[in-house]
Amino acid sequence: MGSFAYVAPKSVAEVTGLLSEIAGSGSRAQIMAGGTDVLVQLKTVDRSARTLVDIKGLPETARLEIGESETYIGAAIPSAVLNENADLTALFPGLTEAADLIGSTQIQGRASIGGNLCNSSPAGDSIPALIANGAVCVIAGTGGERVLPVEDFVTGVGRNALADDEFLLGLKIPNPGPRTGDAYLRFIPRTEMDIAVAGCGVRLDLDEQGICTAARVGIGAVAPTALLVPKAAEALIGTAVDDAALAAAADACSEAASPISDKRGTVAFRRKIIGVLMKRAGAIARDRAAARS
Amino acid sequence: MSKVHVTTRVNGDPVEFLCTPEQTLVDVLRDTLDRTGTKEGCSTGDCGACSVLLNGRLVCACLVLAVESEGAEVTTIEGIATEEGLHPIQEKFLEHAALQCGICTPGFIVATKALLDKHPEPDEETIRYWLAGNLCRCTGYDKIIRAVQDAATTLAHEA
Ligand SMILES: Cc1cc2nc3c(=O)[nH]c(=O)nc-3n(C[C@H](O)[C@H](O)[C@H](O)COP(=O)(O)OP(=O)(O)OC[C@H]3O[C@@H](n4cnc5c(N)ncnc54)[C@H](O)[C@@H]3O)c2cc1C
Ligand code: FES
Ligand code: FES
Repeated sequence: MGSFAYVAPKSVAEVTGLLSEIAGSGSRAQIMAGGTDVLVQLKTVDRSARTLVDIKGLPETARLEIGESETYIGAAIPSAVLNENADLTALFPGLTEAADLIGSTQIQGRASIGGNLCNSSPAGDSIPALIANGAVCVIAGTGGERVLPVEDFVTGVGRNALADDEFLLGLKIPNPGPRTGDAYLRFIPRTEMDIAVAGCGVRLDLDEQGICTAARVGIGAVAPTALLVPKAAEALIGTAVDDAALAAAADACSEAASPISDKRGTVAFRRKIIGVLMKRAGAIARDRAAARS
Repeated sequence: MSKVHVTTRVNGDPVEFLCTPEQTLVDVLRDTLDRTGTKEGCSTGDCGACSVLLNGRLVCACLVLAVESEGAEVTTIEGIATEEGLHPIQEKFLEHAALQCGICTPGFIVATKALLDKHPEPDEETIRYWLAGNLCRCTGYDKIIRAVQDAATTLAHEA
């Protein structure tokens, strides 16, 4: 393992102060939540010296709060804890299913969606589901807090919008309406424990007649960053989310994708499969929305 | 690198040790505390050989820093059997020959304990998904699944 120091501050101000002090001194600080990316990277690809700043102990990153109109999910909460919360899984089944896909039971005991987002991998499973759900990042820095939509957070492979003195406190997600449903599906070559070849998150609202009034679609692993696909949403809005609408949304996803070929899948395969996932996730979100009313 | 003083509990016993920030929980369990029942296979969270419970939650001890166990409750394979004898999960692994070389077995048993504490009557699919992070290159898994199912039945009758 690379060499590092470890600190576990107890307040947000202490964390941001440390981050800016360490960056100012020309050294490297890195936030750690569950460590399932950080420690693997320290053991393998990036052994350079740093100070690990463990943020699990802060009330702000550990808090889960289901409010009247929105839900706050602390950045460091392990996905196993999220999935044990029946209220949360009932509100956001697609998002919690995405969190449930991250690694094994053991990994889920530690892995957070904050870490999944901040690791900023193109294939991070929670990211398309967060984008579909309209999630907003709550970011703390030395100058105070700011918010940023998840689709604007990841700026490139392994890169994000956080400044040197900033870290993610949590995610704010608008609660579903009376006829809202969400879903996330990914494709992997086996049934468990693999990295997404493509992933698609959908959230949509239906009116009393079953017509779609709002929609958001997020796609992952088919571009350098997960993407919001407004054209896919437009294809669904005003329709009954029938096969024709889903097929149009699927085409929009395939067009928005700019995938790479690797051992998990070719460009052509990824383009096609992201459309298939859109259709299936869209149908699940529609059925969930209809079942909720 | 200066050492850190950590106070924790392992299998109910208060434990203190000195470690460097870079040492993982599995390093300290095996090399400092001489609890060698926990195995290290991959060191990267893929194989589950290092499975332990940290504050009751199943984790890979190769991806937990030893310093993170400050004030925590750690349960390892050594904490599964009681003074009366082996735990029913251990009995069933023996009975069903759910092991060959045995390197994966402590991890499977700790993971099974966590499973049955949470889902006392799991179906086969639940068992297979729960244990998907525990790899075994000897048994072909079926005997492990049978052992877990039998252990679940036995524990349900005892309860
Ligand atoms: C065996 C295995 C299987 C996996 N399977 C999957 C999978 O199927 N799908 C998937 O998407 N991922 C998978 N992963 C990757 C990893 O588990 C996830 O990305 C996880 O969600 C990371 O969360 P964490 O809390 O462990 O993050 P950490 O490792 O603690 O942090 C991850 C990154 O984010 C930064 N960070 C963390 N929290 C914050 C914060 N609050 N503010 C600012 N920066 C922060 C860290 O500095 C680091 O760069 C797997 C990993 C392993 C080891
Ligand atoms: S040694 Fe920890 S998961 Fe393999
Ligand atoms: S018994 Fe040998 S790896 Fe499982």
